[in-house]
Amino acid sequence: MDVLVQLIDATIRVSVPLLLACLAGLYSERAGIFDIGLEGKMLAGAFAGASAAAVTGSAWVGLGAAILTAVCFALVHGFASITHRGNQIVSGVAINFIAAGSTIILGQAWFKQGGRTPSLSGGGRFEAITLPGAEAVKDVPILGTIYSDILSGHSLLVYVAFLMVPFTWWVLFRTRFGLRLRAVGENPAAVDTAGISVAWLRYRAVICTGILTGIAGAYLSVAQNAGFVKDMTAGKGFIALAALIFAKWKPVPAMFACLLFGFLEAASIRFQGMAWPMIGKVPVQLMQALPYILTVILLAGFIGKAIPPRAGGVPYVKER
Amino acid sequence: MKRIVLGLLAATALAFPALAADVKPAIIYDLGGKFDKSFNEAAFNGAEKFKTESGIAYRDFEIQNDAQREQALRKFAEDGNNPIVMAGFSWAAVLEKVSADFPDTSFAIIDMVVDKPNVRSVVYKEQEGSYVVGVMAAIASKSKKVGFVGGMDIPLIRKFGCGYVGGAKAAGATEVIENMTGDTPAAWNDPTKGGEIAKAQISQGADVVYAAAGGTGVGVLQAAADSGKLGIGVDSNQNGLQPGKILTSMVKRVDVAVYNAFTDAKNDKFTAGINDLGLKEGGVDYAMDDNNKDLVTEEIKAAAEKAKADIIAGTVKVHDYMSDNACPY
Repeated sequence: MDVLVQLIDATIRVSVPLLLACLAGLYSERAGIFDIGLEGKMLAGAFAGASAAAVTGSAWVGLGAAILTAVCFALVHGFASITHRGNQIVSGVAINFIAAGSTIILGQAWFKQGGRTPSLSGGGRFEAITLPGAEAVKDVPILGTIYSDILSGHSLLVYVAFLMVPFTWWVLFRTRFGLRLRAVGENPAAVDTAGISVAWLRYRAVICTGILTGIAGAYLSVAQNAGFVKDMTAGKGFIALAALIFAKWKPVPAMFACLLFGFLEAASIRFQGMAWPMIGKVPVQLMQALPYILTVILLAGFIGKAIPPRAGGVPYVKER
Repeated sequence: MKRIVLGLLAATALAFPALAADVKPAIIYDLGGKFDKSFNEAAFNGAEKFKTESGIAYRDFEIQNDAQREQALRKFAEDGNNPIVMAGFSWAAVLEKVSADFPDTSFAIIDMVVDKPNVRSVVYKEQEGSYVVGVMAAIASKSKKVGFVGGMDIPLIRKFGCGYVGGAKAAGATEVIENMTGDTPAAWNDPTKGGEIAKAQISQGADVVYAAAGGTGVGVLQAAADSGKLGIGVDSNQNGLQPGKILTSMVKRVDVAVYNAFTDAKNDKFTAGINDLGLKEGGVDYAMDDNNKDLVTEEIKAAAEKAKADIIAGTVKVHDYMSDNACPY
């Protein structure tokens, strides 16, 4: 029981950056802009967040800086792929490279710690918050444990990330903006015929992507860790993309996909070197490869056909 | 002959101070990077110490990936740098090749043995230092469960872990939870995962966590401090990373090895061969400073000193994992 609680607790912590990045990708891809640069935007956001928080001592300023920076990167992607109709994959890869290089160079120039930012403490970080009444209900069986040990005790951004799921669903499927956003990803010509600017809609979508990747980056450097280190996103942006395909570009399945990936990672950490009944000790390497093996299996066989938004990756050219 | 001429040309062209014309020390770090607050940073500190004391500048380079190793080393040797120190066991294969091509250049490698006439191999008895911090961890632990987070899963790191387990068990720990961060060099630089591993160990009851994981250790120590538990640093003195939350650090005097290699070369006393440094030689030790003096009680200190004395005297033999790839504890 304890093990399960700890495992779920760790799953939540690990899946938050995936979830935020996945939702970020959802906005962009639903609008027809493929975004392989989630990783780079997260990294840039993480760096900006940690730097600003280190200089000002305020996690909130860090969060703001992270969002701002990630939005700037997203706008660069938008400028290249919407305004100039460039190849979206190339632009995304370029963003990843720029982020990976510039964060280290700037970090070294500013803080002289080899691309690392100074350690954050106190108000410079989003500390874990205890939900009201968590202590009181701690002893209630099952429900109390779930509330006090699993739901409570995370940083603010964790709750933000999970609240973004219903919010994204509402935006996409219950608002005019969402309807148009989905339409522009399926058939931009129809949207254009209705007199709505395709470019402006897509720009708004990539700005949403920027905001969410910024929050994801800030979570990594200002909440989960206490500072930036080089390449700290460690491929999470790409796993988030896999989760997005896995979830067929829908917000709620996206959450479950991210939780699954998070769970596998948490399990690989938790059960490392543990002896199992019947099987014995499972090699560490197998445990660590498990998330990737399962990803391949699930993507290859179990989710059915994932059909991307029809206009995804195609720059929109108005007929003349 | 051509090489010597070229070397001389390079030496004059760089316009070093007259005194330094004969020694051009250089150091190449491993993938963790110069400022990993751990192994590579210790090497950097040694080089800096040499620079301040002798006034001789040195060249250094941080590789970004494994493919750069041979290129970087060859370039440094071709430029006439002498001696060239490499921090990290991963250099061995490349050094084996390059050292044969540059017989007049002195090389030093840390953490690995390369048997060539112009190579000094500096290795440490990490198991001894780890044993001592293991003893300290077990006494400081209230739950008598302690944790170990390794970086990349290689025999060298297992050696740290094995010594630590031995010390902890000898001092009364009931369980030592051992985890590795990964199987690729990326495991030296993944503080997020390190932090998660530390949290997992803490939730299993560990209350002192020893990180032997390069840059990943920063995350381990952070997670331990966040949970109100104790961490133990490695290689450099990391006590200051989380003041008052780090019990001690298992220092490996990589700085001394670098400093000695540079100084010996300057004094024309560079010797090849194996330097095996343990507690006795001052190659490994546990760190005490203002940051941890309130954590280390008299009892812990006495036990640590006793373990240290026993190992030096030879009454306690700490098993070397790398001798048979097994840990008897």
